Amino acid sequence: MSGPFYVSGAVALVSTLMVVTRANAVHALLYLIVSLLAISIIFYTLGAPFVAALEVIIYAGAIMVVFVFVLMMLNLGVRATAEERAWLRPGMWVGPGVLAAVLAAELIYTLVRATPVSSATMMVAPKQMGQLLFGPYFIGVELASFLLLAGLVGALHLARVSEPEKVA
Amino acid sequence: MPPVPLDLALALAGLLFLLGLVGVMVRRNVIFILMSIEIMLNAAGLAFVAAGARWQQADGQVMFLFILAMAAAEVSVGLALVLRLQRLWGTLDADAASSLRG
Repeated sequence: MSGPFYVSGAVALVSTLMVVTRANAVHALLYLIVSLLAISIIFYTLGAPFVAALEVIIYAGAIMVVFVFVLMMLNLGVRATAEERAWLRPGMWVGPGVLAAVLAAELIYTLVRATPVSSATMMVAPKQMGQLLFGPYFIGVELASFLLLAGLVGALHLARVSEPEKVA
Repeated sequence: MPPVPLDLALALAGLLFLLGLVGVMVRRNVIFILMSIEIMLNAAGLAFVAAGARWQQADGQVMFLFILAMAAAEVSVGLALVLRLQRLWGTLDADAASSLRG
């Protein structure tokens, strides 16, 4: 399954690069959805179809829809795009970009030098995952539910309009 | 078809993580910073799933599920903070909130 892996990996890299460089938030969001779909295909080629489905449903579906809703509530316009362009001067991104490129080169060098490890294409079934999830990892499931509840309460508390707020 | 080499999958995860890291460092808009954090979380999940596929264990997918739950909670709180920021200062500039005073 290496052919689809290469293609979707390239798509994921290019679209993620577009997410980081776009000035318009909605365009960046659409590129991010493309990137998540490409990573979902990569999960499929790695023999994890259940995780691929979760990636599409939860990441590209639920989380990105929340992003879209918040962008609609913020009501950004042409002015915001122009502001973003002004913030993205070369002086802002050359330094971190060069540093990250050095890290990337180092990563690739290390991986090229290492002995290749081939991955088997045998599928890891969802049943196996469920048995692990509700067996040894059960405490993790409980903690995740606590975390989601805390996220719910926190979002409700933070986003609530209570009193007329003054600008600090 | 030949199998996907593990080092390539890990390289892809690393590159995606680096792109997200660049996004967090370069952008000033809070929305873009949140999106870049999502990219980094997703790249970490990709590394987990790739390693799980290499050793034929479901642990990597279980970890991805936990990362998914964490990302959902993080996004909900983060976007609530974005709405709050926009309401208080009328901008999405992360530097506007640098004083940490209510």
